[in-house]
Amino acid sequence: MKLTLRVWRQRAADADGAMSTYEVDGISADMSFLEMLDTLNEELILTGEDPVAFDHDCREGICGACSLVINGDAHGPERTTTCQLHMRSFADGDTIDVEPWRAAAFPVVKDLVVDRSAFDRIIQAGGYVTAPTGAAPEAHATPVPKPDADLAFEHAECIGCGACVAACPNGAAMLFTSAKVNHLNVLPQGAPERETRVLDMVAQMDEEGFGGCTLAGECATACPKGIPLVSITGMNKEWLRATRKVSGR
Amino acid sequence: MARTVWDSSVGKKTVMAVSGLIMLLYLVVHMIGNLKIFFGPGEFNHYAHWLRTVGEPFMHYEWTLWLIRIVLVAAVVAHAISAYQLSRRDIRARPAKYVHRKARASYATRTMRWGGIILALFIVWHILDLTTGTVHAGGFQEGHPYQNIVDTFSTWYGNVIYVVAMLALGLHIRHGFWSAAQTLGVGSRTRDRALKTVADILALLLTAGFLAVPVGVMTGVVN
Repeated sequence: MKLTLRVWRQRAADADGAMSTYEVDGISADMSFLEMLDTLNEELILTGEDPVAFDHDCREGICGACSLVINGDAHGPERTTTCQLHMRSFADGDTIDVEPWRAAAFPVVKDLVVDRSAFDRIIQAGGYVTAPTGAAPEAHATPVPKPDADLAFEHAECIGCGACVAACPNGAAMLFTSAKVNHLNVLPQGAPERETRVLDMVAQMDEEGFGGCTLAGECATACPKGIPLVSITGMNKEWLRATRKVSGR
Repeated sequence: MARTVWDSSVGKKTVMAVSGLIMLLYLVVHMIGNLKIFFGPGEFNHYAHWLRTVGEPFMHYEWTLWLIRIVLVAAVVAHAISAYQLSRRDIRARPAKYVHRKARASYATRTMRWGGIILALFIVWHILDLTTGTVHAGGFQEGHPYQNIVDTFSTWYGNVIYVVAMLALGLHIRHGFWSAAQTLGVGSRTRDRALKTVADILALLLTAGFLAVPVGVMTGVVN
């Protein structure tokens, strides 16, 4: 396959960026999108140019490190992570636009790399349990109803990649935050911090400069792990419950 | 608690949802009342007069009406201020736009902000036209709403403003009602279809019900 790439190049956080055009040839349909970028970078290095910086780690779709908005879609046209997107999703001769996640809370570090530490601070605000849980517990020790376990698992799938923020027209982190809140709030281990968790995480989310939810639904469409939009409804419910309870004390 | 709610983006959405639902409830009553115009000037003008005497003798003349007006003004103001502040936050949160843009979300969702501005301007015009009579065309008569409505919809601009505003209203309710349910945490996977259907029905009924009046004047059913 021969492709034309239009890639966002930005030398540093405070530098101006622009789209640069590159031609890549000899791309196999079985390559992942990141392998295709590796090919481009090898060529750039050979010609003495600065290779395109992009985040990646496990390349198995489970770590949440890779990002990229490809042709306007977070993680590209398939509902998966960029590392699991294969070049067979594109046709020979295509022009592909590659941009970084765009949000005030995710500043560009270089080229396609953005700083997602705002997510870490949201987690630090309440995305944990204080109960000592040790190793995997004996199943009968703390019974968890099946529907609750399913709900927790569904939300625990969130890998914190930030595609929800990138896709949201308001740069909101509601889907990410709601996945963490719902995951822990439904479990007995998360019960002691049920109220403070949602209040503190939402407050931190606002503090970081993420936008608000207008229920456009783009986040859930982009999420490679299929966190549903109704997750946000669940967090709103928890937030209202916590606000009532905490102020009633 | 009020501080927690107002300082949070989720809390401000709650204010929007509750104030929106108050306005929606009022609109349903308003629309049903409007349809009385098809029973002639006698019944319609009598209904308008009755609105001022509701609650008597406990309430003085127009007290109930003013009470409703105060609640509505509070709802409009709360809705508008929250919308303004939340929109500012949203726009600030995405300072750099994507080069490759795609048409996103539904039309109703994308037009919430402009639709809201259109509706706010409409409310001002509507009150100046048919409540105070300040910008009314062709001699405003206090206590004769039937005649005043016929006057308004006998002008081309009166019809244009009204039709545009009612279409904006339908779109606004379509996304707004469903969104309010999500904000208040009453939406769920099993209820989603029902909520969307109710939103569509409300949007359609209110738009059609309100538009029936200018259509009635235009076709000569109301004159």
